[in-house]
Amino acid sequence: METIVFSLLNGVIYGLLLFMLSSGLTLIFSMMGVLNFAHASFYMLGAYFAYTVMGATNYWVALILAPIIVGVVGMGVERWGLRRVHANGHVAELLFTFGLAYLIDEIVKIVWGRTSVNYQVPDALNFPLFTIYGAQYSAYRIFILFVAIFMLCALWYLLKKTRAGLIIQAALTHPHMVGHLGHNVPAIFMGVFGAGCALAGLAGVIGGNYFITDPAMAVQMGPIVFVVVVVGGLGSLEGAFIAAMLIGLLQTFAISINASFADIFGFLGLSPTSEFGSITIASMAPMLPFLLLVLILIVRPTGLMGDREV
Amino acid sequence: MTNFKRAALAATVSVLAMAGSVSADTVKFAFIDPLSGPMGSSGDAGFTSFKLAAEHINANGGVNGDEIEVVGYDNKVSPKESLVQLQKAIDSGARFILQGNGSSVAAAIIDAVNKHNARNPGEEVVYFNYAAVTPAFTNEACSFWHFRFDAHADMKMNAITDWIKGRDDINKVYLIGQDYVFGEAVAAAALEQLGEKRSDIEIVGNELHPLAKVKDFTPYIQKIISSGADAVITGNWGSDMTLLVKAAADSGLKIPFLTFYGGSLGAVAALGEGSVDTLYQVTEGITNLDASDEQYALIEEYKDRFPDYDYYYHRAFVTMNMFDMAAEKAGSNDPIAVAKALEGLTYDGAYGTVTMRAEDHQAQQPLFISTVSKDVKYGVDNTDLGWKLVDGGEIPASAAEAPTTCKMERPE
Repeated sequence: METIVFSLLNGVIYGLLLFMLSSGLTLIFSMMGVLNFAHASFYMLGAYFAYTVMGATNYWVALILAPIIVGVVGMGVERWGLRRVHANGHVAELLFTFGLAYLIDEIVKIVWGRTSVNYQVPDALNFPLFTIYGAQYSAYRIFILFVAIFMLCALWYLLKKTRAGLIIQAALTHPHMVGHLGHNVPAIFMGVFGAGCALAGLAGVIGGNYFITDPAMAVQMGPIVFVVVVVGGLGSLEGAFIAAMLIGLLQTFAISINASFADIFGFLGLSPTSEFGSITIASMAPMLPFLLLVLILIVRPTGLMGDREV
Repeated sequence: MTNFKRAALAATVSVLAMAGSVSADTVKFAFIDPLSGPMGSSGDAGFTSFKLAAEHINANGGVNGDEIEVVGYDNKVSPKESLVQLQKAIDSGARFILQGNGSSVAAAIIDAVNKHNARNPGEEVVYFNYAAVTPAFTNEACSFWHFRFDAHADMKMNAITDWIKGRDDINKVYLIGQDYVFGEAVAAAALEQLGEKRSDIEIVGNELHPLAKVKDFTPYIQKIISSGADAVITGNWGSDMTLLVKAAADSGLKIPFLTFYGGSLGAVAALGEGSVDTLYQVTEGITNLDASDEQYALIEEYKDRFPDYDYYYHRAFVTMNMFDMAAEKAGSNDPIAVAKALEGLTYDGAYGTVTMRAEDHQAQQPLFISTVSKDVKYGVDNTDLGWKLVDGGEIPASAAEAPTTCKMERPE
């Protein structure tokens, strides 16, 4: 029972964090038609900006300011980088974001150093909130949960219930028509790109001190975010949400299962001392998202909720 | 920003050194370890220790009149990348290799060095291992070209299990480690030695997690809590150590963590006061032992020069000083001559005598079990908490010594 409760809590938090990252990526995909390889780098920038802002002021300022700075950087990238490259087609855009990821990596190493920075949870949230089954649960985790849910609701409201959201949705699918109606489509794209980056930045602000802030965090987070977007269906926000939760829960549940293959397939004569039989489910946890990716691509190439082929 | 400045300074210094080194030769040491990424701080702390040790030797007239130069190569803890860097180092004239982080890397380097030396007589390189502690390297896989200055996993585990033997309140032990050759070696040593010394102890968990990939250890900590363990034994290092204890502190788990590398940068800072009497480590020396004024001066100089780190890699200084002694004894900086002179060499270190056992090239030295305390001379991680010897925590070299199965082939 306690295993289930803990895994649910941790899995949901991890899933929401993943969704925060992938929601921006999937929005940008709907707009550009290509994956933004530098997306996880904006996540990293969010954490580093927050660390610097927090050093000068405090965490709450950083929580607001850092995603805004990341969003502005993102808009700059779209305005002066991607928009020019766009004329040369999708491959050029893809390569541009690919190069950008490396560029941001190196800049971070030069500015903040090659090793991790001491980005700490603020004292106001650094206390155990409650105790269940003998384990304390830190207040910061619950804070992450609330920030993520707040963001989720705000995003949904913005896109589905406001006029701005209506125009954005229209611009994503029928840019020319929206343009003819007198809306500034390039500005909308710039805004969407900036907002997507700001969401990644926000994930960085709350994820950077929950995990660890170092120059490798983009590279480590990158693949898993792509898995979420592809499994959920490219361009689908609902799909990204389901996939993020699925992967978050899958990974945390797998870690808590001690059973090995021999325990499961013992009836087939698999010995617990054999190479294959001694593998435990827990040790397979990091592999599971990628296994899911491969399976989904075989069974349903459009992803769970998507309508385009990958 | 500091790293950038440091790199710029290092570049300038090395250019100047090159310009000035026309008359005196330089003995090149290649430091191959992670200098970036999640394990970067472990590597950089070692690198700075070796550089300071080399500077001291150079200031005292060098080695047989030659200057030592330590050059860093970033291997990103990848065995494959290490071999590329090793080749680069050898091509640039390095004849001595320093590496420590990761036994998977060490195994690859030992193999590559063996092959290189067999194929290139007259251009041999020697490998000084300062931290990769899988026992096999000085047992069945031993090599004449490899010297280990750190106590290996079985020896450290000996110290830990000796300590557990006297603690009646520890009845359930949880083993957690990194999923590679070293983590497996630690778990195997713990199982075997606990079985011998305290057969009544129940092993309530034996877990391996991926190396340098886990971001959040909370699920693992919750498994430890629900197992009802009284103590945890881990060989984790680098960010895996810091994040593990950070998650433990967040979940309010207050049982002894018996570690090899609790002194990893940031572990004490992450735990804060919670680390007192919960975090234990076994090392070849701690700054708060009684020592000579000279040693205190060295500790303070290191902290002064590299404020990001603490004096932790004592064995880096031992390694360089023993190299200096061996080279002076041999009257040559040739790798084979130095290697032969190192065999059986005894060095009076700051925290006891270190002997390089000739039969397997494993340094024999006293070990110390320490825990975190407020009442110390030197704090770590820029806090006032520091490492303090526990009662009965000094294990003499003779007790830490482990037998070897090494059958070494020596060059003529």
